[in-house]
Amino acid sequence: MPEPTGVIHDIGYQRYTGPRLGRRHVFGALYLHGVRTAFGLGRSAKAKIFPWLVVGIVLLVAAAVTAIRSQIGEVIMTYAQFADAMSWLVIFFVAVAAPELVSRDMRSGVLPLYFSRPLPHADYPLAKLLALATALFLLLGAPQLLMFLGGAFTADGMGAVWDELLDLLPGLLYAGLWAVVFSSVGLLIASLTGKRAFAAGGIVAVFLMTTPIVGILTVLPSQTANQLAGIASPPTLVQGVGLWTMRDLLVTEANTADLDLGPFGPVYALAAVALVAGCVALLLARYKKVAAR
Amino acid sequence: MTLIATESLTKVYGGGVTALSDLTVAVEPGIVGLVGANGAGKSTLIKLLLGLLTPTRGRIQVLGLDPTADTAAVRARVGYMPEHDCLPPDLSAAELVTHLGRISGLPRTVARERASEALRHVGLHEERHRPVGGYSTGMKQRVKLAQALVHDPDLLLLDEPTNGLDPAGRDAMLALVQRIGTEFGISVLVCSHLLGEVERICDTLVAIEGGRLLRADHIAAMTSATDVLAVEVSEGTEALATRLAALDLPVGREGRLLLVPLADQGTYDLILGAVAELDLPLHRLDQRRHRVAELFARREHSHA
Repeated sequence: MPEPTGVIHDIGYQRYTGPRLGRRHVFGALYLHGVRTAFGLGRSAKAKIFPWLVVGIVLLVAAAVTAIRSQIGEVIMTYAQFADAMSWLVIFFVAVAAPELVSRDMRSGVLPLYFSRPLPHADYPLAKLLALATALFLLLGAPQLLMFLGGAFTADGMGAVWDELLDLLPGLLYAGLWAVVFSSVGLLIASLTGKRAFAAGGIVAVFLMTTPIVGILTVLPSQTANQLAGIASPPTLVQGVGLWTMRDLLVTEANTADLDLGPFGPVYALAAVALVAGCVALLLARYKKVAAR
Repeated sequence: MTLIATESLTKVYGGGVTALSDLTVAVEPGIVGLVGANGAGKSTLIKLLLGLLTPTRGRIQVLGLDPTADTAAVRARVGYMPEHDCLPPDLSAAELVTHLGRISGLPRTVARERASEALRHVGLHEERHRPVGGYSTGMKQRVKLAQALVHDPDLLLLDEPTNGLDPAGRDAMLALVQRIGTEFGISVLVCSHLLGEVERICDTLVAIEGGRLLRADHIAAMTSATDVLAVEVSEGTEALATRLAALDLPVGREGRLLLVPLADQGTYDLILGAVAELDLPLHRLDQRRHRVAELFARREHSHA
């Protein structure tokens, strides 16, 4: 064995004269950190179990759908329908990821370390929101891409691949809508408490407890109430917007939608926009208050 | 350059609580001790320095910048160590400090290098890769200090850095702060409710009470003026006081003791001469070096 020849010199403290990056880079660093956190990357093995379980399930479903389609030659689930079918998993994913992103920071008291740095107080929640929305979009978009690849390889001719792509793009847009609505609602709820269990419970409650309201409204004798019922709960609100904008892709012979919008499609879209805008505004107000503590 | 300057700085919270009132102070770079009891307004002052709060009235400047207007510029050059727990238990110290370095605007690789350097300077080596949750209080305090240091600030704001530490830990932390202030060339504002601690390491002392400035001065100025001769005579204290006053010596009282500021060696002779002339039984004559605490204690009494 060679003798160690190196000598460790204590070179003392070095001042830093290099570049200090601006707001865009800082935002980017926080955003990427958030996306990684949502999937448990850079965290303990325990934190990885749930996100990757969900990722595994959605990919497995996508693979199964693709396999069946290639065998029997029939589309059993469109791209847009995939997001609807996975809504429960998305809700649970949000219920775990949103508290991981914001409640944890609130609990550990690390926020003063962020807000004493050159980070405007709105950037913190916006970076986290964007990170959660990205994670959800990846969760719903990646399996659709898998389905597309499967469909494209078994398709005959470029024309069929092009048709397939035209089906995929609305499906991805729909996944984006799910991602934006669910992340803004989920993150707002999670930002209210430092206890992750409470936050997760709150998120599941808001998404699922509002479903009975929809149920009650749909059995009321008034047709208007029936047609507006979906607005009462985020999942049905998103489905309503989807039905209004791309009915052909969501309603197929194999899967008829139970939601009847009547003439109120635009109302659903407006309600979705208002819900997201309201959640983001409340989230920003929340962090303006938190930052000054 | 002035490190921190405030002018009639006043902060009234929403509920009508006045946290700082008409505070005017200017301190030079170096190690500055900010002392005051809990609730004296130390934390409010720190938040104003960081631009987390906006002054109700008056002006504040840090490193020549206004933290309310140039918030980002100030925060890029200031490091802050909060008083309370602020470390996520499941991250390792290296990961946390690297991440916070990036939030301060350091490029990725630089953040990683400077994070391990900062942790090394505060005395954390291999353990920096373990989750913070398993650290002792002393190690946690060091991580908190390292994250304030990672982006090479020009000013460190340390809120009660010795909180929760045992005596040995306190000494180590104070020595570290002193090293940062002297060897690293970084100015430090140390907040503490324990005067005895900060007076050991700081150049300048700012004392506040109830949101008002009690005193701000160089520590040297405070202690040099406090050398006092204590005279005690068994009888004739009054006569001696009159006699000394006639000799233009400013005589103070403390119970049976007469206190005479020590100007030079001549003061001894004057006092001894006076005692001899009046033929009084001299009980004792000794020199006292006041600790800064007594200075403040006296002032507080005279306020009351």
